[in-house]
Amino acid sequence: MAGNTEPLSPRSKLAVTAGKAAAAVSRAAGKGSGSVIGGKVALRLDPDLLGRLAGHLDVVLVSATNGKTTTTRLIAEALRASGPVVSNALGANMPAGITSALAGGSDARYGVIEVDEKYLSTVARDVTPKAIALLNLSRDQLDRAAETRMLAERWREGLAGNKALVVANADDPLVVWAASSSPNVVWVAVGQEWKDDAWSCPSCGGVLQRPGEDWLCAECGFRRPVPSWALSGEHVLDPHGAAWPIRLQLPGRANRANATTAAAVAAAFGVHPQTALERMWEVTAVAGRYDTVQFGGRDLRLLLAKNPAGWLETFSLIDPPPTPVVLSVNARGADGTDTSWLWDVDYTRLTGHPLYVIGDRKLDLAVRLEVANQSFRVCEHVDEAVAAAPPGRIEVIANYTAFQDLRRRVGN
Amino acid sequence: MNDNSLRLVWVYPDLLSTYGDQGNALVVERRARQRGYDVTRVDVRSDQPVPASADIYLIGGGEDRPQRLAAERLRRDGGLSRAAGNGAIIFSVCAGYQILGHEFINDLDRQEPGLGLLDVTSGRGQAGRCVGDVLADIDPQLGLPQLTGFENHQGVTHLGPTAKPLARVRFGHGNGTGDGTEGAWNGNVFGTYMHGPVLARNPQIADLLIRLALESQGLAPVDDRWYEALRNERIAAASASR
Ligand SMILES: [Zn+2]
Repeated sequence: MAGNTEPLSPRSKLAVTAGKAAAAVSRAAGKGSGSVIGGKVALRLDPDLLGRLAGHLDVVLVSATNGKTTTTRLIAEALRASGPVVSNALGANMPAGITSALAGGSDARYGVIEVDEKYLSTVARDVTPKAIALLNLSRDQLDRAAETRMLAERWREGLAGNKALVVANADDPLVVWAASSSPNVVWVAVGQEWKDDAWSCPSCGGVLQRPGEDWLCAECGFRRPVPSWALSGEHVLDPHGAAWPIRLQLPGRANRANATTAAAVAAAFGVHPQTALERMWEVTAVAGRYDTVQFGGRDLRLLLAKNPAGWLETFSLIDPPPTPVVLSVNARGADGTDTSWLWDVDYTRLTGHPLYVIGDRKLDLAVRLEVANQSFRVCEHVDEAVAAAPPGRIEVIANYTAFQDLRRRVGN
Repeated sequence: MNDNSLRLVWVYPDLLSTYGDQGNALVVERRARQRGYDVTRVDVRSDQPVPASADIYLIGGGEDRPQRLAAERLRRDGGLSRAAGNGAIIFSVCAGYQILGHEFINDLDRQEPGLGLLDVTSGRGQAGRCVGDVLADIDPQLGLPQLTGFENHQGVTHLGPTAKPLARVRFGHGNGTGDGTEGAWNGNVFGTYMHGPVLARNPQIADLLIRLALESQGLAPVDDRWYEALRNERIAAASASR
């Protein structure tokens, strides 16, 4: 899959230059990396710039509710075995941020791009990807975003007629529904711990039956496709049935699932699963997530969980009781201003852990934990929680802006 | 009913559980157990019959298509209507509230018949979604403190002569009719646009449902410290934001 090497037009070059200048000004003003503002300026000067920048690259798109930033990193690392890669590694995943990231990678062969769920169809049309990885879909920020099934519907429409190879999770009925419109799918069985958004058949509305790992709709026959790749414990099973060990510095089942999808994508570009999986060892913390930091004389592991499915996966990777756990929840714009999702999370899974509650919405969490019959302590801030926690590494689980607050406070 | 037991049914969690609706079931269950009652909770999926003999039924919110499917299946099943006929307590939220009425507008933009257990009729508002914290005064006849909740809906619900407003809004939209009403009730059937876990912010409503089921005047007090702290915070937030 060689890229096209036609040079950029003068207009596109000008747009890239103007975008870089705007980003530099924004950085100098202390407003973050400037990548989004730079991308916006560049796209205004040349609306087709994203497609032109991508024209030089073999592009992989990655989208999902959870795990897209990490999986993008894993795929990028795997493909580096075969050539230079440009990626939006910091998670700026809407068109402006993606444009900005690609503008910085003129020497790359591959573009590995995380895409916000709502923009997948648009970006997939603009950049002519060689592959699209779809991991999962579940409820997230519902007071702002589209309904989950509507998102699946939009993916489905966007993928119909797209020539990319779609690498999709066979265990998520919404993802299968979305991907089935593509003529060219590789199914990967990576599991689905959170099932509460997929009891209803996406095709006909019937109730899905779930015998064991399988799922099917008795009314219309929509069912789990036969996967060619699978996650099996600590191994990836390839289409020939060979098992390749997963070695990651990132914790948890969800990351092994991400590695499995990444291996399947890398194989489509000729990278052997063993090579791909060995390279994934290099990925440590992703934008501060999973990082262990020292704070107040203690080790804190920082875990980001933005929605019910994310919290469920996080509970399954923390150290066992009596490891202390700090929970932090905000409800600012970027989090969604509604906290009702807390009631979709099964907090009885934390039984035995000493619990400390912080964040803007600590009282919502306090009532939630009271009803789950957990003992907990409400603290004003992370310092107080850390000082109160019994010995051992502390797991800190926070949603989006609470996680940013936390990183600032602990100097990460 | 048996003196010491409470049968609780959560209707169709597979279709109507979009905004933490499980919270209402958890709060009722917890507060009844804290008073020493033996709670049997049954989560009834939409391919299962709704038992007609339970004490309290909870029905939650959902997206447009699941709402239509739920209404179709509840009409066909008949269990919830029989339960209402038996005098059961029914507490409904958002899409579930609309389903209990005479009709609502479905995802295909058609009028969909409801169960007619509340004298209300729902349509779709023109003015965009109502989203945000709400503060309202509950019907004095119910003897409860202020209602605090979060709304997120486009529906508008008109009350007929036999439905009383559950509350009058101070801040927020409620039924969306512009007359300041929020929710509806009649006898043992209640409906509200305060979504998801509204009982977590209003444990006194959960206690009312338990009292009605037990035909009891009072319940032993429980530790309401965190509920009260949350209520105070949210009441202040609703006042400050409008
Ligand atoms: Zn079906």
